[in-house]
Amino acid sequence: MNSDAIKDLLLRVADDELIIAHRHSEWTGLGPLLEEDIAFSSIAQDKLGHAQALYSILHEKFSLATPDEMAFMRSEVDLRCCHLVELPNQDYAFSLMRHFLYDAAEYLRYSMLTKSTFEPLAQLARKVHGEIKYHLYHATTWVVQLGGNGTTESHDKMQRALDEVWPFALGMFEHGPYEEQLKTEGIFNGEDELKITWLNYVKDILNRAALIIPADAKHVLGGRHGYHTEYMAPLLLEMTEVYRTDPAAEW
Amino acid sequence: MTVPQIIEHLHSVKDPEIPTISVVDMGIVSKVEMQSLDRVVVTITPTFVGCPALEVMKRNIEHAVMGIGIKYVDVIVSYDIPWSSNRITEQGRAALLKHGLAPPVRYDDTVELQLDVLNETPCPFCGSMKTILKSPFGPALCRSLHYCNNCLQAFESFKPV
Repeated sequence: MNSDAIKDLLLRVADDELIIAHRHSEWTGLGPLLEEDIAFSSIAQDKLGHAQALYSILHEKFSLATPDEMAFMRSEVDLRCCHLVELPNQDYAFSLMRHFLYDAAEYLRYSMLTKSTFEPLAQLARKVHGEIKYHLYHATTWVVQLGGNGTTESHDKMQRALDEVWPFALGMFEHGPYEEQLKTEGIFNGEDELKITWLNYVKDILNRAALIIPADAKHVLGGRHGYHTEYMAPLLLEMTEVYRTDPAAEW
Repeated sequence: MTVPQIIEHLHSVKDPEIPTISVVDMGIVSKVEMQSLDRVVVTITPTFVGCPALEVMKRNIEHAVMGIGIKYVDVIVSYDIPWSSNRITEQGRAALLKHGLAPPVRYDDTVELQLDVLNETPCPFCGSMKTILKSPFGPALCRSLHYCNNCLQAFESFKPV
């Protein structure tokens, strides 16, 4: 099996999980309701666990650095996350919409990966899939509630969030350098197939939420090749602060 | 020492967050192998991948097996057999209830679990089915928040996964 292709795929998924976990965790203590505070914090904790499990596969099967080193010691250009996960939180509508579009893709991605010919990834995907179902359930409930069953104000906020987030969400499906190899070897059926199933899913939910997908949106690309937004450097600085101060610290 | 004896002994290792249930009844222990008279390998499958109690459980299992005279104990984490809430034993379900947690709704794992079943969680205090899901996320990754419209109590449930 093409190990460079597997490594690149694992990194993409793990880095997305790590960075969105950090963004979601920024709601801890600040959520608009206690339950939502707990929800975003729990989702962040799950995502961090998923990232750690993926970094562990990279460490154990491909001798890459330890999960902690992968999370805290790499420079920006080595990260393979998409721009969607890097954007700073704004209002709650923004975070909910990002959470929805991201988790729909993650849920479907892991569904595809349960059939991966790379068995360690397939096993993890079978496990993680059941957890992300809860994330997607949470996101979908709120998108439909605030978009379709809420007030004009909540609907407008969700629409504004969708307009803003959509081009970045399309960037989740940016091809990595090994797209063909991944498909040929049955490791992952590819971003294009994922995007089609994702579009079908989100269109249905957004329709129920009376929200309109922006027409002719551009895809925001670059993350899968190490180019990131201006928000990435400050995020990394904050996220890695404790580790850089004392790499042996346990917390 | 035999494998069944070791498993029996592992009932003394409790979930650090739910002290009424053992790691065996929780379905976390997926395999115990005796490689030689003084070497045992215990394979565990985590409930939730990001569960912070995992390291503590690994350590406690190791100490428990060493405590019955096994010199070398390896505890390995594997997703070979993925954990599902259906792995919790009947005894384990009773232990959850004793802790005030509604046991996870049992589901048919040959079809995709629909999370709407969370609205059909019986109240752990009065047994009523007149309950609603308040949030699919609770004070630990494995718990959801509910409310009973019969006895007017908030309660937590172990999530079906």
